[in-house]
Amino acid sequence: MATLLLSLIVFLPALGALILALCPGTVDEDQQARRNDLFRITTLVITIAVFALAIFTFFGLSETAFNSSAGEMQDVFNASWIPSFNIDYFMGIDGISFPLIMLTALISMLAMAASWSIKKHVKGYCILFLLLETGMLGVFLSLDFFLFYVFWEVMLLPMYFLIGIWGGPRREYAAIKFFLFTLVGSVLMLVAILMLYFKSDLVELAKVTNVRPNVAEAGQLDQVNADGKNGIWKDCHISSSALEKTYVELARDNKTGTHEPVHTFNLLALAAMGQHTDLFSPTWQRWAFLLLLIGFIIKVPSVPFHTWLPDAHVEAPTPISMILAGVLLKMGGYGIIRICYPICPHGGYDLAWLVCGLGVVSMVYGAFAALAQTDFKRLVAYSSVSHMGYVMLGLGVWSASSPEYITDYWAQGVTGAMFQMIGHGISSAGMFFMVGIIYDRVHHRNLKEFGGLYGKMPFYTAMAIGLFFAGLGLPGLCGFIGEVLVVFSVWNYSILLAVIAASVVILTAGYILWCLQRVYLGPEYLGPHEEELTPCSTREKSVGCILLALAILFGVFPHHTVLKFMDDTIEQQVQDLADWTENVKELPALSENLEADEGEPAPDTTPPGTPDEDATAATSGRSPPGTVALGFQQRRAPLEDAGPVTALAP
Amino acid sequence: MNLHDLVNELIFDAKGGAFASSSIGLFLPELMICLTICLLLLIRVMDNQRRISMFWVALVGAGAALVLAGPHRLLVDIVDTEAYIHGSLQSIHRVEIFTGMLVVDRFTVMMRSLLLISVLIFLVMTRLSGIPDKQDSADIYTLVLGATLGMFLMVSANHLLMIFLAIEMASVPSYVLAGMLKGRRTGSEAALKYAIYGAGTAGVMLYGISLVCGLVGSAHLPTMATLLAEQLPTFESGELMVLSLGGLMLGVGLAFKLSAVPFHFWCPDVFHGACAEVNSFLSVTSKAAALALLVRVAIGFGMVPPEGFQAGEDWTTGRVAAVVHQEIDEGALFAIEDKHNTAGAEDGSHQTMPPTGDDIRQQQIAALGPVRTFIGRLIALIAVITCTFGNLTAYGQNNIKRLLAYSTIAHAGYMMMAIPALMELAGVDPAGAEQAIAGLLIYIIVYVFMNMGAFAVVAFIRNMTGSEEISDYRGLIKSSPGIAICFTLMLFSLVGLPPLAGFIGKFAIFASLAEGFTTTGQGYLMALLLFGGVNTALSLFYYLRVVKVMILEDPPDPLPLPLPLGQSGGGRFVLLLSIPTALLMLAWEPVSNCATSAALFLVQQLPL
Repeated sequence: MATLLLSLIVFLPALGALILALCPGTVDEDQQARRNDLFRITTLVITIAVFALAIFTFFGLSETAFNSSAGEMQDVFNASWIPSFNIDYFMGIDGISFPLIMLTALISMLAMAASWSIKKHVKGYCILFLLLETGMLGVFLSLDFFLFYVFWEVMLLPMYFLIGIWGGPRREYAAIKFFLFTLVGSVLMLVAILMLYFKSDLVELAKVTNVRPNVAEAGQLDQVNADGKNGIWKDCHISSSALEKTYVELARDNKTGTHEPVHTFNLLALAAMGQHTDLFSPTWQRWAFLLLLIGFIIKVPSVPFHTWLPDAHVEAPTPISMILAGVLLKMGGYGIIRICYPICPHGGYDLAWLVCGLGVVSMVYGAFAALAQTDFKRLVAYSSVSHMGYVMLGLGVWSASSPEYITDYWAQGVTGAMFQMIGHGISSAGMFFMVGIIYDRVHHRNLKEFGGLYGKMPFYTAMAIGLFFAGLGLPGLCGFIGEVLVVFSVWNYSILLAVIAASVVILTAGYILWCLQRVYLGPEYLGPHEEELTPCSTREKSVGCILLALAILFGVFPHHTVLKFMDDTIEQQVQDLADWTENVKELPALSENLEADEGEPAPDTTPPGTPDEDATAATSGRSPPGTVALGFQQRRAPLEDAGPVTALAP
Repeated sequence: MNLHDLVNELIFDAKGGAFASSSIGLFLPELMICLTICLLLLIRVMDNQRRISMFWVALVGAGAALVLAGPHRLLVDIVDTEAYIHGSLQSIHRVEIFTGMLVVDRFTVMMRSLLLISVLIFLVMTRLSGIPDKQDSADIYTLVLGATLGMFLMVSANHLLMIFLAIEMASVPSYVLAGMLKGRRTGSEAALKYAIYGAGTAGVMLYGISLVCGLVGSAHLPTMATLLAEQLPTFESGELMVLSLGGLMLGVGLAFKLSAVPFHFWCPDVFHGACAEVNSFLSVTSKAAALALLVRVAIGFGMVPPEGFQAGEDWTTGRVAAVVHQEIDEGALFAIEDKHNTAGAEDGSHQTMPPTGDDIRQQQIAALGPVRTFIGRLIALIAVITCTFGNLTAYGQNNIKRLLAYSTIAHAGYMMMAIPALMELAGVDPAGAEQAIAGLLIYIIVYVFMNMGAFAVVAFIRNMTGSEEISDYRGLIKSSPGIAICFTLMLFSLVGLPPLAGFIGKFAIFASLAEGFTTTGQGYLMALLLFGGVNTALSLFYYLRVVKVMILEDPPDPLPLPLPLGQSGGGRFVLLLSIPTALLMLAWEPVSNCATSAALFLVQQLPL
């Protein structure tokens, strides 16, 4: 059932696109107009159907309903796709992807509703729009690295044409810039994928997770004792064909001591290998982390790879800007959280300063750049750069605060980053929509030539002010929660970064309030086409109101609407990495220290990847937030008690 | 040995014990092509009224050759060791035919089939675009099939002289094809340039061959490899220099066929002058054959080939037969010369190893390590330069055929990247090395569809608008949206963007590079991988420029004539070629299996 429903969620838009593509065109102008409406409505119905299907799957149907209190993957299915390269058709959701899937379905629906301003080549627009939606949903659902990569690239072509055909005056430049940046990033990602693939080995993973083949002969492979330590092996959801290969090799390894490696693209298995085996050496992990990170931060985008974003946003038509800001930027963050950190923890640990630094630089740079803009849409675009900086910072803090073993702070940073992604998805889509409404009427975006809109379009102004405040991060609206969580968690890592991050709020308030003042307040409208300033249509009102309502809802009830779905998953991920950090990074360092202190050789500590049970239990060094102020010695104490190093203590 | 014995053995070799194991039996696809050529020529003489369509004759001939090549056997006959050794007549074994001049193995079967498939596509394309008229068609089809015959020999060549002959046999008809459009200056210029370049490189290559042969003492590739393995450690620096020089000169001939930088200059001019249909043949079929030959040469010099059979042996009765016929093996024409030349060589039989053959083979393979490194690094360098140069130069082109010519050069660069991976892996991980060849084959398979499709679009648009300038593609999305979309798909597939088929090929080649790097730790393979990646991004520019002109730019007034996708033959043909380009990604396991099966036992020893 999960197979069918998840596949349907991803491919329903593509099916719709196929049906639209087969519809014959017409030359009659009158008929053309009616056709166009029909195309738009069909597309809207398909996007609504996808959203409804997602709600039905994850809330309605008991079999596939999303269980928010389970930290692991749900609704998983894994079928072999290309066995010769061990590529699987492997999908599933957890608390990290689930909110993003709902966001994607929602924003696609609203963006389609905002697409009535598209007048030319409506059929082509609708087809490309639907293909784009398939790509976006596929990225969030796929758990096979190859599949992920394919969906990641599937988005490129539609996006190129959507910006290039329906965009503003410099659309061709913007479209190719977007395409080129993303392609360079994804090529680097491909290199990293291949490096990881050929280093991966399911047999080694099976060995360290205590999967022992219990086989007399090759024919009885079903008797494999897959007790898998901590359920890691089971949680990887390895496809049956890969399992079969693994067991055969495992049996051979038992007999002869050597085996052929069984490579995999399974993201969960790769993560387990990164954390529990020595297959990916630290240097290797740092390189892979870096390559993947560049691929993802181009999408985020983070300084210095952000320059495509203002161009693409400014030139893209309104609904596409909504998608870009609301969903596409989130893929970068999602990739970092789903792929970079779990698979390359060494890279994440050693390069934390890089991620945090880039985050803070983007934040500050984006805010200053936004202050300098005179183009309304460009301002909103730079505000996205600034806001996505929080996401980077929140994710970077994840492992950076590790020396203190307070996993609560890691979890807080990641939660903040995730919430920021959702909140920004709503508020920035709303802001772009607001810009689009006014642009449709007066056909310019020059901030100096606005003013007085409050008097002419009161309802619109009210919506806009609400959404811009949400972007500003006003308490009670969706922008606030993410920012505040991130800043809290950063405090623990670096007070300097926290102070900078918090002060950016002042800059944000500066450009948003100034912008509101120039556009909506003031005595009169200064620009051309004053007569066009008509009140919003019902369609525009409903899209704006839905976004505003969500912004308020997420701000007032963050736990019930967003956080409760992702808390457990994030906690588990953070816990996994905390265990890893303790066993791989801290214990060896600690024992070295002790060795130096006591002048006697320390016995071998637990080798990386095979933490013993005590250590695992003890990582719950999850002290309450109050312990931050404690000195280093005191903080280290619980760890010494717990770990195998205890034996060394005098 | 007197003449009588020699003739007897030749007859035995040709006729064989069982028909299917004889040289003639394994040479049937080539013979079928010869027959078709003769028919085409005869009919032309007999049929004054031109009532018989030459197209059908050529099509049926090529189709029959495809059936005789039997590609289906690759998928049926996947290794079940028992069945393979005592296999049926259907099994494909490595058999050296015509006294070791040619070799028929799984790779040959695969490449023959691929060449024939691309020739079939070419034939249909010429029919639909109507480029050879009734008068010309016999000439054109004769030339194309003649070149194909040469390419068949290229992919199965097992002897340096055969390599030379095959390249010439494939090239000479191509020279004429390039000037096929009579009375056009550019066409004649293209043909002349092509011929002069070809003649020059052929001379250099022949000189290189003579150097290598003279030094090593044989021209039969497997014998050369074993001899080289023995002699290499004892070579002095002067001899090594001559050897590398000979190898480089041999490489010149190959680089000419591959249009690798710096021997690519003919390519854009020839493509510009010749018509798009011929371009598709030169760009796809000829490239595929050249790459297959490159694989043969690289393996021939860098590896001791696995044990195989000699034509005339009856392998259905099992391995014992091979020993029984050993005496006859020794009669092989060139093997005898080799034995006399190098008294210290093995027991004189290059095909059948002594009982401890496997160990000796391993030692020999290890001894050939420096040769493999040399070939690998050389080809890596050329591949990077070719790829980057092709991609950068393509950007400045205004003529679509010139653009596609540079794109062809760049793609040759990508495909050559499989060879360094093959060379590095061959000594360490034979299965991985075969996977590298499989990656190359996957790329070629995909390339057949997408590049043939691109040239078909160019040909049909030329028929409509009479222009091959990129600027005249403006507004194509308005006038013939179907064609514009198909062409866009093909161009993006050439970039290598998923989910289009081009990505599969790129992925397969990049994967073998990554495997080579992770297995052997050779840093230059990683550099090659990164260069490949950067080049993918570079190539985006010029393909996208065509797309931009077609789709984003304002249409001219009046619109060009439409070419509807569904109604015209040309439209349907393009649609048919774009279907695999767009949808192969959904299930490319068969392609991958087929390629893996074709590369099997090219490097590894057959398990005994």
